[in-house]
Amino acid sequence: MMSVAKASVRRSQGSSFVISVTSLCVFVLVWAVVAWWLDDNALPTPSAVWQSLVVEFRSGELFHHLGMTLLRVIAAFIVAMAVGSAIGIWLGMQPLANRVVDPWLILLLNIPALVIIVLSYIWFGLNEAAAIGAVALNKIPNVVITLREGARSLNPEFAEMAQVYRFSFMKRLRHVVLPQLQPFFAAATRSGISLIWKIVLIVELLGRSNGVGFQIHLYFQLFDVATILAYTFAFIGVMLVVEYGVLQPLDKYTNRWRGTHER
Amino acid sequence: MSDSALLVDVTGRTFDLADNDTLHAVGRLRFALPAHSFTCIVGPSGCGKTTLLRMILGLDSGFDGSIDHSGKGSVAAVFQEPRLLPWRTVEQNVRLVLPDDRREETLDELFDVLGLQDMRAFYPNQLSLGLARRAALARAFILQPQLLILDEPFVSLDNATADRLQQLLLTLWHSHPTTALMVTHDIREAAILADRVLVFSNRPAHIMDEITIDTAQHQRDEAMLGQIVQRIAQVVKSG
Repeated sequence: MMSVAKASVRRSQGSSFVISVTSLCVFVLVWAVVAWWLDDNALPTPSAVWQSLVVEFRSGELFHHLGMTLLRVIAAFIVAMAVGSAIGIWLGMQPLANRVVDPWLILLLNIPALVIIVLSYIWFGLNEAAAIGAVALNKIPNVVITLREGARSLNPEFAEMAQVYRFSFMKRLRHVVLPQLQPFFAAATRSGISLIWKIVLIVELLGRSNGVGFQIHLYFQLFDVATILAYTFAFIGVMLVVEYGVLQPLDKYTNRWRGTHER
Repeated sequence: MSDSALLVDVTGRTFDLADNDTLHAVGRLRFALPAHSFTCIVGPSGCGKTTLLRMILGLDSGFDGSIDHSGKGSVAAVFQEPRLLPWRTVEQNVRLVLPDDRREETLDELFDVLGLQDMRAFYPNQLSLGLARRAALARAFILQPQLLILDEPFVSLDNATADRLQQLLLTLWHSHPTTALMVTHDIREAAILADRVLVFSNRPAHIMDEITIDTAQHQRDEAMLGQIVQRIAQVVKSG
């Protein structure tokens, strides 16, 4: 019975993969037809984008700029998650502090990303710390709000169990609190990475001399749409590798107990 | 007090309600638990039994009076819900309460007694309620606590499972001597397990009577259990 169910799941996953690939192929085909029909530099054909990608790859530029952007994404992500999680968990557990800080959060959430970036560059100079700090500051309010909700929903019964059995602070944090916050960390991570890499491109465009954002700005001035799209797809590829190679396996591992049921 | 594991001397516990009224949950309570005794508290629903246990466990400090755990030993609790961490296996849940210097201790004997040997790697949501309660018992007894608090640990189980778990609890209590205080609304359960029964009144709780049972648990046959149940029931009804 179990193997029949597993086979059915595998079949369903297989067919969904085929549908996704077919859908992407149709997209590329429609794009190629429209580009061929328009015959305009503003919309290059898929093969022109591919050729630009190969040129950038062979020159080593692609790896250099992708690497710089990825490093900025990772740095900003770590800062945003660390600061945002600590504040979010604290606010979730301290209603008074939450009432005080909540208006600041709403304020920060509504400041446009561009304003934070420009002000960071003006106040702290055109340097790496200002760039990463600006990206992190854009993301921190979202992380705070997500983790605050997580901390509010902690199960008091587990906290009481930990108190009765005299768990140390670290034991409580590691084995009782953080596992309950895992879905909230996962949500903040997912939305965080997708938001951060988009903001990193703006930061690079405005004030850095390398990275995908810088390259897009450069090729925008040259009106080279094929290379702009080549960098865009290359970075989307990197983020897909992060999603399927890191985030999803990690998610599956931390949620391994959820798929079980009474035997 | 020298041979008592716990001295309760509470003058009251009140709760402020939303309509500015005050709920008197617990009244005057004074009793001591002799070391290695098994005391059951019975009483009507909502009389403050669980509130008292929470006070003893340090989960409720808003009462007047004092609760003195005389020794420095550990305290363990089995709650109405098993309260196993769902992301940890049965074995990981049990090991979690052990201090660092006992982390590698074998659990074989305890798991054999409780019939959990094959469930070590199971997650709590793979267990029936009865098995989850066994795991909660294992977690409590592995600590070899000086004081064991049990809050209706077999509630919501079918009679056969509850009977089996009561016997397992007694087996563990004899092999791992500890001072046990258990709340139950099941008079027969109290008659089977306890060597002393405290009968609580309606809210605010006070002790209506204290019934000492001299006969050892394993010597209590059906006839004797019937007599003990009758004695307890008479006191409960008189309240």
